[in-house]
Amino acid sequence: MKDMLSKQAVGLKPSGIRKFFDIVSEMEDALSLGVGEPDFDTPWHIRDEGIYSLEKGRTFYTSNSGLMELRQEICNYIERKQGVTYDPKHEVLITVGGSEAIDIGLRAVVNPGDEVLIPQPSFVSYEPCAIMAGATPVIIELKAENEFRLTAEELENAITEKTKILVLPFPNNPTGAIMERKDLEEIAEVIRKHDILVMSDEIYAELTYKEKHVSIIEIEGMRERTILINGFSKAYAMTGWRLGYACGPREIIEQMVKLHQFAIMCAPTTSQYAAVEALRNGDGDVEEMKTAYNQRRRFLMNAFKEMKLECFEPFGAFYVFPCIKEFGMTSEEFAERFLTEEKVAVVPGTAFGDCGEGYLRISYAYSLDNLKLAIGKLADFVEKLRKQK
Amino acid sequence: MREELLSIIERNSRIDLKELAVILGVEEIDVVNELQALEEEGIVCGYHTMIDWEKTSIEKVSALIEVRVTPQRGQGFDNIAERIYKYPEVTSVYLISGGFDLLVTLEGKSLKEISGFVSDKLSTLESVLSTATHFILKKYKDHGTILTKKYEDKREKVSP
Repeated sequence: MKDMLSKQAVGLKPSGIRKFFDIVSEMEDALSLGVGEPDFDTPWHIRDEGIYSLEKGRTFYTSNSGLMELRQEICNYIERKQGVTYDPKHEVLITVGGSEAIDIGLRAVVNPGDEVLIPQPSFVSYEPCAIMAGATPVIIELKAENEFRLTAEELENAITEKTKILVLPFPNNPTGAIMERKDLEEIAEVIRKHDILVMSDEIYAELTYKEKHVSIIEIEGMRERTILINGFSKAYAMTGWRLGYACGPREIIEQMVKLHQFAIMCAPTTSQYAAVEALRNGDGDVEEMKTAYNQRRRFLMNAFKEMKLECFEPFGAFYVFPCIKEFGMTSEEFAERFLTEEKVAVVPGTAFGDCGEGYLRISYAYSLDNLKLAIGKLADFVEKLRKQK
Repeated sequence: MREELLSIIERNSRIDLKELAVILGVEEIDVVNELQALEEEGIVCGYHTMIDWEKTSIEKVSALIEVRVTPQRGQGFDNIAERIYKYPEVTSVYLISGGFDLLVTLEGKSLKEISGFVSDKLSTLESVLSTATHFILKKYKDHGTILTKKYEDKREKVSP
């Protein structure tokens, strides 16, 4: 058949992670620092609630927007954490992971020709989702000297009259960067001035190691123009349950509910019941996991210092983003050699945008013992490369 | 730092001081001082090793014994507890709420040794009213450590 495929779909670049995945899957004894999900199992009381909901026969669709009980708990949670209120009836939508919320959130607000501002390095989905929504992605290259934060100046320079929405991916995957209140206040001014929307992807909100996470919805005039995205994957170690949510102004959520209804129907029912338990009784688990991540983060920063590998100190998510420019290799070359010579997988920074060139994403969603082993190999590899120079 | 330090060494008492300092984000000397203080205050009272004796060829039998006793005037349960915990084969003695007073755990080389202890030593104590001995058949989890299964990383090796 001629022209079987969508040109737009074919035109999407395949994920830069795929290649490494393929090589690692072939290697049996490879270590990895390449995962983007917690190493913890979902806390047992949450799993138990999922099992209980199945036993009870709660195996039907929920309403399109998700269980009212869960939406209410989400609103309570946001009020508790951010001091901002949402109406569970009209301003919350339960999605299949944060990823779905990114997709339908963009599709709900953009028109052909609209520009979507995407700071990079960042999660792999924003750009393809913007393209498939018919918009034009405009990349803002974040800089190491700003600790990969988005500055008001960078934002101002990227805005045109076609700009519709800014994607704000903090705490950031892959850099671990965070935006603090003053950073958000500065960019909020630009956003208000140009009257654009924000999609704030705060999936790592619970995992910050400095002050408590600040959301842009807390800044004056921002709640009404922000689609807030969060989910259960990272905070509660629930990646496989596929559960996220979006909160925002009623007009936007209404359109998102339509898209969600036709494509998805509703998020998995079992997961929704488990998530209610997570929000009600999961604060202690989050705190415990966060403490462990922070210990590992400190361990890695110290290890980089000892091997004299340049790396800014990240305060969010569970990634560090060391610089490997001194070795005169591309990120991909470095990652490939490291994998074949030392059998440790890391993800090249370029998997998260061209400006990730010269960096590696190293995940610390691993036990300290695992990290020690893998980082020991990195130290050996770095030393070997320096000798070869 | 105290609580975090305690919960780390509770799980891994062999962790070295330098590493402790790094992961706690403090100086090594602070860790040394804090550990010393914890020991002096009797908060850290020992460093043990978790052993799954089942996996060795060494025969060991352990039992939980529920003990009902008559408390003594002016002494409560302390005196009788002391008489029991002084036996080296007794590994722990707890005062508990509920139908019994003391929960005693015991380790011995054989069933015979344990039953001997209960009938000759424990039951014959004057204030002991009754005992119920439960032999441990299998340990699934001990001191927060799961003994029956090893951790296995089930994740995909690389993901975004």
